Amino acid sequence: MDYKLKRILTNTLLYIVLIVMALLVLFPIWTAINISMLDDTQVSQYPPQLVPTQFSLANYARALEQAPLLRYLFNSVAQSTLVMIGQLVTACLAAYAFAFIDFKWRNLLFLVFLATLMIPWEATIIPNYLLIKKLKWDNTYQGLAVPFMATGFGTFLLRQFFLKIPKELKDAAVIDGCSTFRFLWTIVLPLARPALGTLAVYSFLQTYNQYLWPLLITNDQTMRTVQIGIALLQDEERFAFNTVMAGVVFVLLPTFILFIFSNRQLIRGLTAGAVKG
Amino acid sequence: MAITESVSSDSFSKRAQAAGIRRREWTRFFTALLYLLPSLILFTTFVFVPLVRTIGLSTYLTNPLGIAVKFVGLAQYEKLFDTPVFVNSIQRSLLFVAYTVPTSVLVSLGLALLGNMRLKGISFFRGVFSVTIAVSAATASLIFKYLYHPALGSLNYVLTVLGFNAVPWLTSEKTALIAVSLGTVWLQIGLNTVILLAAMQGINDELYESAMIDGANYWHKFKSITIPMLSPTFFFLIVVDMLAAFQAFTQIHVLTSGGPLDSTNVLVFSIYREFYFNGAYGFAAAQAVMLFLIMLLLTVFQFGVLEKRVFYD
Repeated sequence: MDYKLKRILTNTLLYIVLIVMALLVLFPIWTAINISMLDDTQVSQYPPQLVPTQFSLANYARALEQAPLLRYLFNSVAQSTLVMIGQLVTACLAAYAFAFIDFKWRNLLFLVFLATLMIPWEATIIPNYLLIKKLKWDNTYQGLAVPFMATGFGTFLLRQFFLKIPKELKDAAVIDGCSTFRFLWTIVLPLARPALGTLAVYSFLQTYNQYLWPLLITNDQTMRTVQIGIALLQDEERFAFNTVMAGVVFVLLPTFILFIFSNRQLIRGLTAGAVKG
Repeated sequence: MAITESVSSDSFSKRAQAAGIRRREWTRFFTALLYLLPSLILFTTFVFVPLVRTIGLSTYLTNPLGIAVKFVGLAQYEKLFDTPVFVNSIQRSLLFVAYTVPTSVLVSLGLALLGNMRLKGISFFRGVFSVTIAVSAATASLIFKYLYHPALGSLNYVLTVLGFNAVPWLTSEKTALIAVSLGTVWLQIGLNTVILLAAMQGINDELYESAMIDGANYWHKFKSITIPMLSPTFFFLIVVDMLAAFQAFTQIHVLTSGGPLDSTNVLVFSIYREFYFNGAYGFAAAQAVMLFLIMLLLTVFQFGVLEKRVFYD
């Protein structure tokens, strides 16, 4: 009885701590949703309103009407999709060679791939910016996407997965007259679907959230991505915080949907480097 | 005669065989190269050549279009540590690392420990604690910009209600970097918590069970099982968070633009400002090389020195 009581008490205490921490973590997101519901007089009141008194999408309509948010969203989705497809293709091909072909200087070339992980994008950004300008790729989708289409991380991730596929499978396929490429296409890729999903979700999210690169190479309204577009909203005097927050929630929505529906892939991608297998 | 003939034909066939092996080796090499080529071309164009060009640029004075005009060798670097802009940006970056990395790792450890409890509905809380992985730096910064607003923001209001003084957050050079750090910590805890939770779930249950039999309480188990078993993960997180902190840009651009009085002008923001606005490509390139060296040092440190010392099972 005593033991039971003690356990109920500890559990209650734990739940209280859990709820308090959850509220603290959610506070900024709650704030964004709350402010996006307030009308113009409410948002400029002191003390600030911490809970909305009405459900209203008026600010969302205003944000969409006055800033080309849908166009920004389209640009971001286009960029992220291109990068995702590009990374899947290049990483699959490279990882396949590293996992299934026994060739000269394999370890050396693999090190070259890993070396790209140690070079921060920011350290190479000046020549890249000048190159894109010279190619006249600023304000284009290829300028936004092509520099990110190869991935050392993704190649590493897929290679680790491919290595788990038994080599005998390839030997058997080769004896049956299966070409190297057909083996990749018909046997390896279907088996590697979970790893491909992980890389796809991860690369999409990373690209969708990019900031510095699109800031540098897009200045045309019609080519801005959603992260830049939303950050520029706040510079314009005519937008009050309620409209900006409506925009923020609008921009967050796609990644939240991704977070909820592909949580497993996303978390597997994020933890891939950390937990040794 | 017959014997010598058979020997020579034998060595001939061996030589032919060796040539065949070598040929097959080259065929395999070129096949593999074909598969690697798309990545190699992209890496060369957008990573390796730009890195070399950054180093090259840093040894030149450039005109405002980014064209190198005068070779100055290492002069740029000699000047670097006498240049207030550079010294300030390094200081600000180091402070930013000191503010954000320990805080976010410790907060995440707390959240991960809570999320690792065996309670009903715990997966909901795990989801909540990792939610910031879905939040971009730009949107997070916009939310914090509102929270910090001197007149309208709810953060100062909550503080005064709780009996604290209002803080000038982004408007004072004393607090601006702390304010930016606070937002960054919030943004970072999602990823850190996810990684710590995954590592905690990887700890063998038998360790805890045998500790239980020995009569260990929660604190004992935490101190002598959880923490040592997590040491590689801590180490990984500290390095990853440090790398992220040295690369911070978005928060600064949205929240402070480097101000007030350059108090938040961290390394990457300074690079951006120097080449994009001031046209000082050579100087910015020298800063970029320093960034690269810092990152390289950290990663080499991670792979080489420290990784051997932390506890592995």
